Amino acid sequence: MSGRPGRRFGSFLQHTIESLYDATSRVMYAESISRDTGLLQSLDPRVKLAGLLAWILAAALSAKLWVIAAILVLAVFLAGISRLPLALVAPVWVSALTFTGAIAVPAIFLTPGSSLYHVPIVDWNVTRQGLTTAAYLISRVETSATIVLLLVFTTPWTHVLKALRIFRVPIVLVVVLGMSFRYILLLLETASEMFESRQSRTVGKLSGDDQRRLAVSSVGVLITKAYQLSGEVFLAMHSRGFRGEVYVLHEFRMYRRDWTALALFGALAGGAAWAGH
Amino acid sequence: MGGPLMLFELDGIYYRYQRQTALTDLSLTIAEGTRVALLGANGSGKSTLLRILDGLYFPDSGSVRFRGRELTEQNFADDAFAHEFRRQVGLVFQNPDVQLFNPTVFDEVAFGPLQLRLPRSEVRDRVGEILDRLRITHLKDRIPHRLSGGEKKRVALASVLVLDPAVLLLDEPTSALDPRSQSQLIDLLVDWGGGAKSVITATHDLGDLEDIADRCFVLDGGQLVAEAPPADVLRDADLLRRTNLVHAHRHRHGGEFHSHPHVHGDEV
Repeated sequence: MSGRPGRRFGSFLQHTIESLYDATSRVMYAESISRDTGLLQSLDPRVKLAGLLAWILAAALSAKLWVIAAILVLAVFLAGISRLPLALVAPVWVSALTFTGAIAVPAIFLTPGSSLYHVPIVDWNVTRQGLTTAAYLISRVETSATIVLLLVFTTPWTHVLKALRIFRVPIVLVVVLGMSFRYILLLLETASEMFESRQSRTVGKLSGDDQRRLAVSSVGVLITKAYQLSGEVFLAMHSRGFRGEVYVLHEFRMYRRDWTALALFGALAGGAAWAGH
Repeated sequence: MGGPLMLFELDGIYYRYQRQTALTDLSLTIAEGTRVALLGANGSGKSTLLRILDGLYFPDSGSVRFRGRELTEQNFADDAFAHEFRRQVGLVFQNPDVQLFNPTVFDEVAFGPLQLRLPRSEVRDRVGEILDRLRITHLKDRIPHRLSGGEKKRVALASVLVLDPAVLLLDEPTSALDPRSQSQLIDLLVDWGGGAKSVITATHDLGDLEDIADRCFVLDGGQLVAEAPPADVLRDADLLRRTNLVHAHRHRHGGEFHSHPHVHGDEV
């Protein structure tokens, strides 16, 4: 969808929607990867959910950078032996770095502390404490994002939802999660078709004002459609007996390898929490 | 007592979407085992009526009964009633996209039976069987969103037929299908349940009316304007014109223009 020839300049909104659509499509592709045979794919979803969440918690609580880095390395190693393609994981690393970087960079200059480098023109100081704060923020986000990817890319979405219910996550949250995933893709398709249809009726280059006006009116129409669509999707689920609980064909069963994995996840998370304290 | 058992009984139904009235003082009855067509132009209230029959919408006033039991929000709050009703009544939506939300076609078709807590082995058997019957077994591992319009429609239909409902509600089932798929679908519906099931179809296509229905309700502007067997409806050119189910088709013969009523079929 993205990268079509002849896209007009200034179609920022359209470009954004196409990028989002591509990202969501990648996640859909991940559904097929989650059914492949790999180490994580073979584990019970409950073990993955509990174990990987424990790792995220250990990374978030750690006060030592090397511990967070070690968890990240372990997560990447797990991704490798679970045969997750790098092309699927790398864009998420870049996005996490971009968004967190935008928040972390000011901290490098604004956090008081001992100066490491003076930026001459703007008269700002890069401080040791500022760099440390930024490094913690970025490393924690990258590590957490990688671990979440491990879970989502190696577990069918419905199994994640069922595991969440087993851990007593409220039905309303699971319903919202279950619906939103499919519905976002449908909405992005609608948005993209809207822009294509408009493009086919537009001659020449629109002025900045006109583009903004069109963008705002499109957002309005999309919100209305989104509201209608969300209702329709829910009715369709409801009509086939959906009452909030998640039932899947796969029966969750704990085998010896699951207990071993759970123990390993727990031991590593505990060790990381102790070392990072 | 002694008359046919009533499947649905609607009495004085009113339904509004915020400022717009969709159904006005609608009363009708549908007997068990009948095949019914809800006819009407776009916006006549057919889809709203189907949703009321499926217990998805509840009327602002009036009552709707299914096998003698009133369909109300309070009754649907009872798990046992909701479970039994969903097992008995299935609705195929007009837009298949809203009905496809699972990662694969197999999961999509299995969604309904799993919600109704059928045993897993039975779910697998039923899904395999219905995919075969609708000739879409080759699609079972595909992502529903990536299918063509016709394929989506078939998957949406399979996802409801797999429940083997006693009552099948269909909203414009042949829209967006090519002529061959339309004909296959009509054949399937005619044979469905060996004729013992109740099939209620909302449509504005008169082409296959006599094949899919024993009885027709014609809606116009949210009101019931006629109730008759298909042959009678198709003969009533004035009714069809008034309710926008036919239009004047103007074309050239030799050097002269002439016009006549036109439908997608050759009944009128």
